[in-house]
Amino acid sequence: MKRLATRLAPWVLIALLLAGWETSCRALQVPVYFLPPPTAIGTALAQEWPGLVAAAWYTLNKALIALVIASLVAQLLALAVTVSGILERTIQPIAVVLQVTPVIAIAPLVNIWAGIDHPERALIALASIVAFFPIYSGAVTGLRAVDPDLARLFDLYGAGRWQRLTRLRLPSAVPFLLEGHKVAAGLAIVGAVVAEFVSGSGQVQGLAWRILDAGNRLQTAKMFAALLVLGAMGVALYALLQQAERMGLRWWRGR
Amino acid sequence: MTVAALSDVEVEYGQGPVLGPVNLSVAAGESVALVGPSGCGKSTALRLLAGLEQPTRGTVTRAAGRGETAVVFQAPTLAPWLSARANVALPLELSGAGKAEASARADAALARVGLRGAEDKRPVQLSGGMAMRVSLARALVTDPRLLLLDEPFAALDEITRRALADDVLGLWADGGPAIVFVTHNVEEAVYMASRVVVLSQGPGRIIGDFAVEAPLPRPAHFRTTPQFRATAEAVSGALAGGMAA
Repeated sequence: MKRLATRLAPWVLIALLLAGWETSCRALQVPVYFLPPPTAIGTALAQEWPGLVAAAWYTLNKALIALVIASLVAQLLALAVTVSGILERTIQPIAVVLQVTPVIAIAPLVNIWAGIDHPERALIALASIVAFFPIYSGAVTGLRAVDPDLARLFDLYGAGRWQRLTRLRLPSAVPFLLEGHKVAAGLAIVGAVVAEFVSGSGQVQGLAWRILDAGNRLQTAKMFAALLVLGAMGVALYALLQQAERMGLRWWRGR
Repeated sequence: MTVAALSDVEVEYGQGPVLGPVNLSVAAGESVALVGPSGCGKSTALRLLAGLEQPTRGTVTRAAGRGETAVVFQAPTLAPWLSARANVALPLELSGAGKAEASARADAALARVGLRGAEDKRPVQLSGGMAMRVSLARALVTDPRLLLLDEPFAALDEITRRALADDVLGLWADGGPAIVFVTHNVEEAVYMASRVVVLSQGPGRIIGDFAVEAPLPRPAHFRTTPQFRATAEAVSGALAGGMAA
C-alpha cells in the first residue's frame, strides 16, 4: 500500500498541476497564443503526431550518427594520446578550447562551412563536437585509471607495452567509456537541436525546427507538443543508455 | 642458500633518507618477518627485494627471472574483469605460456589455497579472505623462490587473518618459497616467521634479529606457549627501544 502510494505520488502531483493550469487558463481567459491549456496541447499533440514523430526521428537519427562518429574519433584519439605523451600535449590545448567554447557560438560558423547546401551535415558536425568530450575525457581518464599495484604486478612479470595496453589499460577503461557514452548521448541531442535552431531553414525538418516554426506563427500549443516529444525522446535515450551501461558493467565485473 | 639479499642498502627519496644502511640476507626455507613503526621503510625494503624499486646506494641480490619473485600486496589487487582463474593465470600468460597450460596451473594453484570450485567467480563475488587467497594463488602459480607479502592481512578480520596465516605457514612447510613479509602485528610476526627482523624508526636500520625456533606446522596453541610469549616480548622490547631512539 505504501509502495503504491510512493509510486503514485509524482503522478498525482502532475495531475494536480495540470488541473490547476487548465482551470486557471479558463478562469482567467488567458489567450491561447500566450499559454495554451493542457487540453489544447493534447489536441495539438494528437493532430500533429505523425509529423512530430517524423521530426523526432530526423533529430534522433542525426544525433545517433553524430554519437557514432564522436565515439570513434574520441576513442582513437584517446588511445593515441595515452600511448604518446607528446601527442597529448599537442592536442590538449585545442581540446580545451573546443570544450569551453559554447556550441551555440560555433554553430553559425559550422553552418556556413557545412550547412548551406547540406544543413544535416552541420547538424551532425555540431552534435559530434559536443558528444566528443565526455567520451574523450572518459577514455583518457579510464586508460590512466589503472590500479597502481596491478600495474606493479605487470612490471614484476615483465609485461610488454602491448600486453599492458590490451590486458590492463583497455579493460580498466571500460566503466569510464560506458559512463562517457551515456553522457554523450544526451549531449548529442542538445547539439543537434542547437544546430537546427541556428540553421533555422525549412530544409531541416527536425523537432527544433518544428518548435521554431510554430513559434514564428504563434502556434504555442504546437510548440508545447514538440517540446513534449523532445523531452520524451531525451528521457527514452537516457534510459536506454543507462540500461546499456548497467548491462555493460554487469558483463565487466560479473555482477 | 641465499635467495635474496640487501647489502649496505640505502634508499633516499626527495625528502631525505627512508631506509638504511641495511644488510639483510634471506636463505631458502626461511620465513622472515619485517616489523617496525610506520614510515620505517619496511615496505620499501620489500619493494627492493621485488625489484620494483632501486636502492640509492648498495646492492640488491635477487632471483631476477620472470616469476621467481612473487608479491602479495596489502589489497588483493585482482582485475575485476577477470575470473579468479584468469587472474591467477595472468602471470603465466604474461610470460608467454599457452592459455590451456596457464588455466590448468591456475586451477591447481587455486586448489592449493583451498579455493577449488571458485575458479569461475569474479572478484566482486568473493569475500575479502577469498580474494586474498586468489591473490596468494596468483603469487604461487609461477612457483617462485621468494614470496613477498606486504601487510597482506591488514584489511581482514581476526579469524580470516589467522586462517590465512595458517595457509601461508602450510605452504612454507610444504617446501614452498622463502617468505619475507611485512607486518605491524608482533604476534603475527612471531607466529608466522622463523626469524623476526626489527627495524628502527625511519630511516630504518635493523635493530633486532630474533630466531623463532619452533617446528612446523605450528599448532594453534603455539600462541600460548612460554617460548612464543618470550619471543613476542623480546620483539616488542626491541620495537619500543627503536621508537624511543
